[in-house]
Amino acid sequence: MNRRDFLKNTARVIGGLTLPLTAFKIINPGELLASTGDKTKVRWVFLVDTYKCVGCGMCVRACKLENDIPYDAKVTRTWVERYVITKDGKTHADSPMGARDGFTTSKIDLGIDGYENVKKEDIDKGFFVPKLCNQCENPPCVQVCPVGATYQTEDGIVLVDRSWCIGCGYCIMGCPYGVRFFHPVYHTAEKCTFCYHRITKGMKTACVDACPFGARQIGNIKDPNDPVTKIIMTERVGILKEEYGTKPQVYYVGLDREVK
Amino acid sequence: MKSHVYRPLWVVIGLVCIILVARYFYVPKDFGVGERGYMYGWHEKSNELFWKDYKVKYKGSQYCKDCHSDNYNKLMQSPHVIIPCEDCHSPAIDHPMDPQKLQIQKGRELCLRCHYPLPYPTSGRANIPSIDPDTHNPGTECVMCHNPHNPLEGLK
Repeated sequence: MNRRDFLKNTARVIGGLTLPLTAFKIINPGELLASTGDKTKVRWVFLVDTYKCVGCGMCVRACKLENDIPYDAKVTRTWVERYVITKDGKTHADSPMGARDGFTTSKIDLGIDGYENVKKEDIDKGFFVPKLCNQCENPPCVQVCPVGATYQTEDGIVLVDRSWCIGCGYCIMGCPYGVRFFHPVYHTAEKCTFCYHRITKGMKTACVDACPFGARQIGNIKDPNDPVTKIIMTERVGILKEEYGTKPQVYYVGLDREVK
Repeated sequence: MKSHVYRPLWVVIGLVCIILVARYFYVPKDFGVGERGYMYGWHEKSNELFWKDYKVKYKGSQYCKDCHSDNYNKLMQSPHVIIPCEDCHSPAIDHPMDPQKLQIQKGRELCLRCHYPLPYPTSGRANIPSIDPDTHNPGTECVMCHNPHNPLEGLK
């Protein structure tokens, strides 16, 4: 190898090595995130008091009508689960039609297996648990979207772009809480938005407004004077499936270990 | 330097170029990294407006107050004060223009949502007065006897 070739090859190798490195530097996500920092003033959270919930299902009805989810389709953005724990240690749980029409029978709905009678004197515990999207701080449903159709807004709400969703269903499988489904009309992924059109106008969500008992509340965790923030910070609250590391932002008062 | 490698190579490079050009025109201009970074914020910015501009349908009881003050005031004095008007009367949307008449729920099923007896000791449900629908005047609408705006005023 003569000197000319040596210099030529050296230049090529250095050029070849630095080019991808600089290309990577332009899109270094960590650096970008660090430079922007956390300047947001709003982070929506939800609080559910299971002691107050009576299972009337008005929240489910209101959600369906407010957000144009086909009323008789077996899909819903929010639902209420009933848990009855009997003296023999068994847990009986149901949520017929997502509790759209409430619970107007003491029989437990077992789906295709019919109904199960639970005797009044056998009941140890019985309660209702409303469920909705947890608007996770680490939303796995967003991470798995291959096209960028689902995303998280600055204030923590996970939304779906109906015009961009290809309907692959990864997000529906990715959500550990099972809150996502296909919209029967648009055939795209659908989920609870914390009524983004209402909360950004200073209103409460439709389910919060429809609840006569104050079992549901929405608030801004970044505002220390928000009544919801005060409860979350000073009282005993639980979250669902903590072990998944998704950091869910729906907090529950009176959560029982049977509730998953 | 002539090699059989070059021809397919040019084809591949050409395909990549076509995809890049198509992508440039197909992907909306406001598509990019949002506030939540690459992992969670990759989206089309204008879609946030779609969700923000969604139609509000439940207007709240304050919306009913001025025109229906008689029933509103009655309700305010009754134990049913906690129930928002639209729970039973359906969402106002743009009432009285659209819809001109609201679909009021009047069936027994509506009242039974709260007043069916479910003796669950750890839920608020146990504290609500209840009736057994099989023995308590079956087939009759509750509103035939009870005034939902003031259930304590006595039977009709």
